[in-house]
This record gives sequence, structure tokens and C-alpha cells, in this order.
Amino acid sequence: MLKAFNCDLHIHTCLSPCAELDMHPLVLVQKALDRHLDMIAICDHNASDNVQYVMAAAEDQLSIIPGMEITTLEEVHLLALFDSLPPLLKLQQIIDEHLFGKNDEKRFGVQAIVNELGEVEGINNQLLIGATDLSIDILVDTIHQYGGLAIPAHIDRESFSVLSQLGFIDRDAGFDALEISKRTGIQKGRLQYRELVQYPFLTSSDAHFIGDIGNAFTKILMQETTFSELKMALSNQNGRRILE
Amino acid sequence: MKVETIVQALGLEVKCCRGQLGKEVTGGYTGDLLSDVMGNSREGYIWITRQVHQNIVAVASLKEHAGIILINSSQPTDDTLEKARTEQIPIMVSDLPAFEISGKVFNLLTSKT
Repeated sequence: MLKAFNCDLHIHTCLSPCAELDMHPLVLVQKALDRHLDMIAICDHNASDNVQYVMAAAEDQLSIIPGMEITTLEEVHLLALFDSLPPLLKLQQIIDEHLFGKNDEKRFGVQAIVNELGEVEGINNQLLIGATDLSIDILVDTIHQYGGLAIPAHIDRESFSVLSQLGFIDRDAGFDALEISKRTGIQKGRLQYRELVQYPFLTSSDAHFIGDIGNAFTKILMQETTFSELKMALSNQNGRRILE
Repeated sequence: MKVETIVQALGLEVKCCRGQLGKEVTGGYTGDLLSDVMGNSREGYIWITRQVHQNIVAVASLKEHAGIILINSSQPTDDTLEKARTEQIPIMVSDLPAFEISGKVFNLLTSKT
């Protein structure tokens, strides 16, 4: 039977330099449960070290979609979502080869790798706030090759969005959905971007702080909270769909 | 001033649409945010950018730019060149950074008028 699930598909952890240190797996999962979320995606900037620990912290209580928020050559923020860790880690290898520079904690913040018990496993020293030298088109193709979903983040924002950087969305761009920030929301987004009617819209919290988790989410009609169900919902298959 | 004059004066490498270098340049705009360029550039402008994505051709075509100059020896992607040939938008490459090439183009355009 199909049911409406609460999905917040863009949440950072303490690995992102701009996120608060309290955003570690255990606390994050607890907050998501408190907010009655059924499915969340972990999307740190250009990194994925904490995804496995969030999955471990969640056990069977909450569905975790492994993901990443990649900064493309054009400085577009692009979400990549996968059904499991291996394809994400394969993509991570490519990102690591195309991301340059070292983080400056004083300027940008700490990039902590924290396990499901709240213990610090290490520090990621890459300049995660930087941009890769991979074009958005190449990244979308690679994400699809690995069976993932490619979703431009917060397209309504004036920085780091596909519309701010690239002006418009080409018909052949191959995006699986578009994320509208919580400031605009899906309903207003539909009015504002009438020309993008062919794309499913998602909204999410893009939480960098514990208190923001679940501040915005998308209700999705699915049978269960799995990646394959999500994929069906984004392409309106077998009754699965986004509830706007 | 024609695009050709700027190409010659600044030693730009022409990547496509040599036949379109006779276009008249009415001004210039420098920017990498396509939303900004769409909003603020005008017909006949030469556009200076680091952005090489194929969408630059659509923006230049929409705004009827005289041509695009890519900075820092940035190379257009194959998709971008293909679209530029279809849309007849000349793409040139300079090895200079945006600040310097913009200054040189500005000087050329203002000295002749």
C-alpha cells in the first residue's frame, strides 16, 4: 500500500565546514526522528566520510540515502543520491582527484569525521568549500552511470545555483529533479518557474544546524522508504509520486 | 569597431565562426554568472567570461552578443563549440585574466569613438 512519507533529502553533518559541530550522526538521527522524518539524505560538501556513520546510527529506525553535495566547475551545487555506499564512494574517488586545496579551519570551519557513538574518527583536510574542476554535464553523466540521482540544489538561490550560474536549465540537462529552497517552497516555486513544469520539485531543509533538520521536507507517496521507491516517485511510476 | 579588429589587436585565438568576425561591437560585459549576464549585457556586446559551459552560447545568442572571449586560456567544451557554430557566435580565447583583457577591450572601444 502506498503511503506519504516525510523526506528531507538534503542534510549536512559536521563534516561540512559551514555546519555546526553538533551535527554528528547520533544527534542528527535523533533529531530527524523527533521531527517525524521517514527518510533523509546526507549531503556534505564534496565529501561523504560521515554517511556510513549516520547509517550506523540510524539502524532500522530511519532510512538514510547516501549522498553528496558536489560543487561543479561552474560553481553549481549538485546533489548526488545513491542506493548504497559503494557507488557513492566510487564517485568520491573522482571528486577527490578533482578538488584542490587544503581547508583553513579558522576561516571556513572544522571538517570533523564522527562515528555513530559520537567519537571523532578524524578530520578531513581537503578544501571542501572549494569547487571541483568537473563540469555539471560530466557530473550528471557520471552520477547516472553509477545508478544515482542528480538534483541541482536550491535552484532559487542567488548563489551556487544552476540558475544563478548557468542562467537557465537546458532541456537536455538530464536532471532527475530540482530542489527548491525552503524560503521559496514548492508551491511558490511552481509559479516562479512555470517553464520547469517537466521536472519534479523537492524541498528540503539543507540543514547545517541541528535545529534546522526537518524545517522543510517533501511528502512523497511510496510503498516504503527505499532509493528505488524514491526513483519511481521522481519519474511518476506505479502510482509513486511527489505530493506537492 | 568590428570583432576582427579586437582579435587582431589583442592576438585572440579564434575557436569558431571566423565568418562572423565582421560583426560590430557596441560595448562589452565581463561576468561568469549567466543570470547576471542575461540581465545586464546588451545587443552587440563582446562578452568576457571564464564560464565554458554550453549555456554561454544560448545566452550570447539570446542577447545578440557580437562574440565571446574566454579568459585564462580556458577552452570551450565540444558541446559549446558545436552550439556556437549552429548559432553563429564567434568564440575567442585569450591567455589573459579577466581584469586585463577587459581593460584592453575597454581601451580599444573607447579610443576609437
